[in-house]
Amino acid sequence: MKEIITKIDKWLDERYDTSSLKEFIAHKKVPVHKHSIWYYFGGITLFLLTVQIITGILLLMYYKPGENSSYESVRYIVTQVHFGWLIRSVHSWSANLMIFAAFLHMFSVFFTRAYEKPRELTWVTGFLALALALGFGFSGYLLPWDDLAFFATKVGTEIVGVVPVIGEPIKFLLRGGEDVTGATLSRFFAIHVAVLPILILTLVGIHLLFIQKQGMHEPESFKALPEEKKKYISFFPDFALRDFLVWLVVFNILIFLAVYFPWKLGPKADPFSSAPAGIKPEWYFLFMFQTLKFLPGHILFLEGELVGILAFGLGGLLWMLFPFIPFKNKPQAKITPQALIGIFIIVYMVVLTILGYIL
Amino acid sequence: MKKLIGIITLVFTISFAFASVNYAATTANKKSDTKVKNTCLNCHTENENLPEDFKKYDVHLAAGLTCASCHGGDPTSDDDAVAMSKKKGFIGVPAKKDIPKLCGKCHSDIRFMRKYNPRMETDQVSQYFTSVHGMQLKKGNTDVAACTDCHTAHAILPPNDPRSTVYAVNVPQTCDKCHGNKELAKKYGLDPNVYNDYKASVHGKDLLEKKDTGAPACNDCHGNHGAVPPGVKSIDLVCGECHVNNMNYFMNSKMGVAWKELGYHGCVECHSNHKIIKPQDDFVGTSDKAFCVKCHDEGDEGYNVAKSIHSSLTKLDTLIKQAKEKLAKVRKFGMDDLDISYSLKEAHQAIVQSRTEVHTFDSSKVKAKVKPGIEAARKAIKKADSEIREYSFRRNGYAAATLIFLVFIVLFYLKIKKKKD
Repeated sequence: MKEIITKIDKWLDERYDTSSLKEFIAHKKVPVHKHSIWYYFGGITLFLLTVQIITGILLLMYYKPGENSSYESVRYIVTQVHFGWLIRSVHSWSANLMIFAAFLHMFSVFFTRAYEKPRELTWVTGFLALALALGFGFSGYLLPWDDLAFFATKVGTEIVGVVPVIGEPIKFLLRGGEDVTGATLSRFFAIHVAVLPILILTLVGIHLLFIQKQGMHEPESFKALPEEKKKYISFFPDFALRDFLVWLVVFNILIFLAVYFPWKLGPKADPFSSAPAGIKPEWYFLFMFQTLKFLPGHILFLEGELVGILAFGLGGLLWMLFPFIPFKNKPQAKITPQALIGIFIIVYMVVLTILGYIL
Repeated sequence: MKKLIGIITLVFTISFAFASVNYAATTANKKSDTKVKNTCLNCHTENENLPEDFKKYDVHLAAGLTCASCHGGDPTSDDDAVAMSKKKGFIGVPAKKDIPKLCGKCHSDIRFMRKYNPRMETDQVSQYFTSVHGMQLKKGNTDVAACTDCHTAHAILPPNDPRSTVYAVNVPQTCDKCHGNKELAKKYGLDPNVYNDYKASVHGKDLLEKKDTGAPACNDCHGNHGAVPPGVKSIDLVCGECHVNNMNYFMNSKMGVAWKELGYHGCVECHSNHKIIKPQDDFVGTSDKAFCVKCHDEGDEGYNVAKSIHSSLTKLDTLIKQAKEKLAKVRKFGMDDLDISYSLKEAHQAIVQSRTEVHTFDSSKVKAKVKPGIEAARKAIKKADSEIREYSFRRNGYAAATLIFLVFIVLFYLKIKKKKD
C-alpha cells in the first residue's frame, strides 16, 4: 500500500512539482491554548456543509419541483425510496446544525477578536457565507410544499414587502407574482440548488484561502507567552485527526436526531385554507420575527415593522463591517465595549428566541 | 326654424322640471312611509312601562310596523285618549284565545307577507289549529301554547337568528318552558322529563353541546305549528326523514311487515324516542343488552339471525379497533400512516354500511357488507405491522452505526494519544 502511494506521489511530483504544497502542509501549525476548542467549530460547519451537499444531491435524484409534484415527491422519498427518510431527515437536521455551528463559530471568532487586522476580510466572507446559509434555510423550507412551508414563506416574503420602494418589487421577484404559487416554488428551487451553492462555495473557498494564507489566529493571551511556552501541533496529521474525531461525533449525533426525531412532513399546502395556528419561522429567524411582533404599529411617523426591518438591516451591515469600526479600548478595563456588544447581542437573540417559542 | 327650436327646448325644460318635482314628491312619500309615527312607543318609553319582553330588535318594529299594528289605536296622535280610543280600533292586550287570529291577520295574508318575506309560508295559523295546542285553545284551554308563548310577543326574531327563542338550538328550551312544568305535566298525563331525556340523547348532544343545527330539535319530529305527537303509522316515517336507508331496509324487512301488523312503533322499540343513545352493536344479538332476546328465544330463527349479525359486526369492529391502536403507534413513531388511514377509512365505511344493513334483519346481507371491511382492516393491520417493524429496524440500524462510529472514534483517539506520547 505504502509503495503504491509513493509511486502515485512520485508520478504527481514529476508533473506538477508538489514539493511546495507538501512543505506548506508539513509546516502548517495550530496553536494549543485554553480557547483551542473554538477552532473546531469552523471545521464542523464545513463538515455539515459537505453533508448538505451530498444529501442534497441524493434528494435531487427524486425530488420533482412543482405545485403538483413537490409534496408528492418528498412523500415518495420518505415512504418509498430506500433510506429516503434518512437522507431527508439528515438533510433537514444537518441544515439546522450547520447554522447553529456557524453561529457558534462566528461568536467564538468575535469574542477571541480573531476578526481584527489582518483578518477583516475573513470575517466579512464568513458573515456573508452565514447570510447565504440562512438563505438556504429560507428557500429550502418551501420545497416540501406542505402547509407550514407554504404559510411560513408567505409570512416571510410578506415581511420583505414592507421595505419602502424596493420591498414590493423584491417581494414580487421572490414570489414570481403577487402571491406564493408554483412560480415561487420553481424559483426557490433554482435559488436553493443552483444560485446559493455557487455563491456559498465561492465564499467558503475564499474564506478558507484567507485562513490558509494567514494561518490560525492566536489570542492575545497566547501571543503574550514567551516563545518557549507556546505550544503548537501540526495541522496534518495531528489537528486533522482531532477534526475527524469531532466530525464522527457530530455525524453520530446527526444520525441520532434523524432516526429518533424524523423531520415532519405536514399536510400538502392548500392556498385556500387558513394558516395553521401559531405559525412560526425556523428558530434562526425567530428572534427577528418576535421583535417585529413586539414592535408597536407606529414608531414616530414610520410603520413599526418597517423600523424593525431597517434596524435589522442596519445591524447586520454594522456587524459585517465590525472589524472596520475603530474602538478606543482602555488597557485597564476588565471588559471591552466589543465584548459588551457581543454579550448584548447573544442575550437579545436567546431571550427573543425563547419568547418566540413560549408566547 | 330658430323659433321651433326655442319652443321644443321650452317644452322639454318644463317637462323635465315637472318630472323632477314629481319624482322628489314620490321619493319623499316613500321615505316617510318607512318612518311611521309611533307615539305609543314614545310615551311608553318615557313612562317606563314598556312590555316586560320588549326588545328594540323585534322583527316587526325593525320592519316599520307600530304597536298599533297589533294593538290597534292611532299611533300618530299625541293625545293618549285619541291614540288608545276604541273608535280607532284599540284592543289593548289581546286575549290568549284571540292571539293566533291576530297574528294570522298578517301572517295568513299572502299578499301582505310578500312585501316583507316573499318565501314565508302563510298557513301557520291553519296548521296551528290542527295541532293539540290549537285544538285545545279553540276549546278555551289557555294552558296550551299560542304564538306568543313560543315566539314571544315583543322580542320576535326570525328562526335563523341565534337570539330567537325558536332558533334550532333554543327550541328544546322553549318547548320545555311548558313541557317541563311538573304541574301541567301531571294535569295532562305527560312526562315532564322529556327535555332531560332529549339532552342526553345523540340528537340533544349534537344540537345543544356541539351547536350542530343539522341535528333535530323537537319541531323537526313533532312539526312546528301543527305540533302533534307522532302516531303509530308515522313514527318510522318521521325518523326516516333523515335515516332514509334504515327506514327503507326496515320497512321492506320481514320484521318491518310483521311489526306493522302487530301495531309496533318501529324505531322506538329499540332506539327509544327522546333518550336516543348512540346505537351499539350489542343492541342486536343474544346478550342481555340485546333487544332481540326480548321476543326471540334460543333456538328460533330470529335468535340465530341475531347471533350471526352480532358476530359479524363484532368481528369487524374488533379488527378496526386493533388497526386504530396500531395506527396510533405508527403515528407516535412518526412513520408513514397514509395507506393505513386509507384502508381504515374503507373499513369504517363498511362498518357504517353494515350497521345500517342490520335493519334488513338478514344475516347474509350484513355478512356481505362486513366482508370488504374485514379485508380493509386486515390490510391496515398488516401495513401498520410492517411500519412498526421498519421503526425497530431503523433503531437497530442506528445502534449498529453507532457501534461502528464508536470503533472509529476509539481508533482516532488512540492514534492521537499515541502521537501525543
